[in-house]
Amino acid sequence: MELKTVLEKYPKKPDCLIELLLEYQNGKATRHLEEDELKMVAEYLSLPESHVFSVVSFYSLLSMVPRGRHIIQICHDVPCYVSDDFNVRHTLESMLDIGIGETTEDGLFTLEHSSCLGCCDQSPVIRIDEQIYGNLNRNKLKAIMSQYRSEDHA
Amino acid sequence: MLEKRLVTERIGKIRPESITDYVDSGGYEALKKALKKTRIEVLEEIEDSRLRGRGGAGFPVAVKMMAMAKESQTPKYIVCNADEGEPGNFKDRYLMENDPHHILEGMLIAAYATMAGKGYIYIRGEYSKSLKMMRQAISEAEKKGFAGKSIFGKDFDFTFEIRSGAGSYVCGEEFSLLESIEGKPGHTRVKPPFPTEQGLFGYPTLINNIETFSTLPVIMEMSGKAYAKLGTKSSTGTKLISLSGNVKNKGVYEVPYGLPIRTVIEAFGGGVPEGRKIKMVQLGGACGPIIPEYMLDMIIDFERFEEFESKVGAGAIIVIDDRFDIFDILKHTAEFFSHESCGKCTPCREGNTHLKNIIDKFHRYEAREEDMNLLENLARVMHQTSLCGLGQTAPTAVISTLHYFRSAYLERIEKSFLEEGHDAKYQNQQSRA
Ligand SMILES: Cc1cc2nc3c(=O)[nH]c(=O)nc-3n(C[C@H](O)[C@H](O)[C@H](O)COP(=O)(O)O)c2cc1C
Ligand code: SF4
Ligand code: FES
Repeated sequence: MELKTVLEKYPKKPDCLIELLLEYQNGKATRHLEEDELKMVAEYLSLPESHVFSVVSFYSLLSMVPRGRHIIQICHDVPCYVSDDFNVRHTLESMLDIGIGETTEDGLFTLEHSSCLGCCDQSPVIRIDEQIYGNLNRNKLKAIMSQYRSEDHA
Repeated sequence: MLEKRLVTERIGKIRPESITDYVDSGGYEALKKALKKTRIEVLEEIEDSRLRGRGGAGFPVAVKMMAMAKESQTPKYIVCNADEGEPGNFKDRYLMENDPHHILEGMLIAAYATMAGKGYIYIRGEYSKSLKMMRQAISEAEKKGFAGKSIFGKDFDFTFEIRSGAGSYVCGEEFSLLESIEGKPGHTRVKPPFPTEQGLFGYPTLINNIETFSTLPVIMEMSGKAYAKLGTKSSTGTKLISLSGNVKNKGVYEVPYGLPIRTVIEAFGGGVPEGRKIKMVQLGGACGPIIPEYMLDMIIDFERFEEFESKVGAGAIIVIDDRFDIFDILKHTAEFFSHESCGKCTPCREGNTHLKNIIDKFHRYEAREEDMNLLENLARVMHQTSLCGLGQTAPTAVISTLHYFRSAYLERIEKSFLEEGHDAKYQNQQSRA
């Protein structure tokens, strides 16, 4: 969706800022916000540009760096750590040949680290875009990844 | 029966997305009952229940509600804290995904008693399904007339709005949360004034945890006095426990206060898989203490926990078996806090980085005796001088292990820098971390 279209959905109230940024960013293929766009948002809500930038840098779900079509968040907190007997992170890093914070060359996946995803009853857990995948083992993780790959090439 | 399902009574029996199922199983009757009473009577009922907040701090709910009811300034807001970001906690998500109307009903009861006109539900951004479920529940409730104008024909109007978080643990802290709803970075405010005096947009605001709100309909239905008979003297009623880590059956269990931690782990969790042994348990989440196996007979109770300088917290029990070393666990906890510190005050911002570096030394078999003293002092300073609860509780795991697992620290210092031991152990850990 174009930025203008998203902006028009919201009243011109400063407290709409975060919701608006999330909606716009998550609708973009690159899942990131650009400087010009943030300036437009600031103007629309009559906010200082510095305020909008400080919000984007504060919240970890907002990004100014282009990311892949799918964002894989790996949970790394204690409940997941103690339930992870095959090393989710290393497995994904070697499957995708990238590290945390990086995007695959084909622009399909970005690997990110996440604080507890609140699904520790299904640990170890990852989140891909809006979807939680839990009770992971090596085979399940492989199956999930090949499913994403085939959907995107179909 | 060890489990006592009050707040979770409907879960599993109704389709969560169906308001019809909710109403057919007696839903919104508690609200109706409350609306037949005067506001004062509702507040007294809650006072009789001696309900304490379920989000971590355990503050008496009626006290906060009465303070809010006294405020004459309008508008007044109700804020539901659904930011659940403390590692090891997932009971709020469980409530949102499985019985969303119960939360709305609780907020409506609180709104009626305190004369608030608008409610915000602040849900953490990662909870996509909860966001969807709560949005849908609100729109259904509006259609049926449980939200909006003249609810149940009374002079009582109330509307709901959902706000999504955007990935920040500190936004669960009440002032940071209010800042975030206002569209700002989640930096805490200095108190007083308290939210009931000057909260959201500067107006009187009642902020409570999801489970706290979900308990209000239960109290209306069974009466405050009957509710207070459950649990223990200092902690009435039931608590939702998020049980995770090395147990067979992880999950959310609702139990009366007063149950020993061990019972929860064994009776509900089914014990540790593959015959391994419990080495330690972290209570409450990353902000909570790590206790050894021999302390598991301690009961779940606000007062008992305070004796151990600990909090029941939001009710997480994280079981860790004997394959793990305390420094593995402390390393993850320290990483969590140094990542989540908002950076506003020095003791927390600098302290967490320092703390992580010292723990890393222990983890890598490179610790000296002075590191232990440094750690002790640092933890105390952070606890005493940080501006908000994040920095104040970040060193809890360290403080508790320095107490209960002191020998592990001493042993690690002794084994540090021994060439063979050092390299071999470190390699071994690297391959696991
Ligand atoms: C760093 C930090 C994070 C917190 N996160 C949450 C949270 O996710 N959910 C919650 O209900 N309370 C959280 N709290 C506690 C809130 O500040 C506040 O005490 C609570 O919302 C009050 O509700 P209650 O009295 O019903 O528990 C947090 C506190 C701190 C210091
Ligand atoms: S204690 Fe930490 S999270 Fe709280 S205000 Fe200080 S820096 Fe921010
Ligand atoms: S620790 Fe991974 S979901 Fe909670």
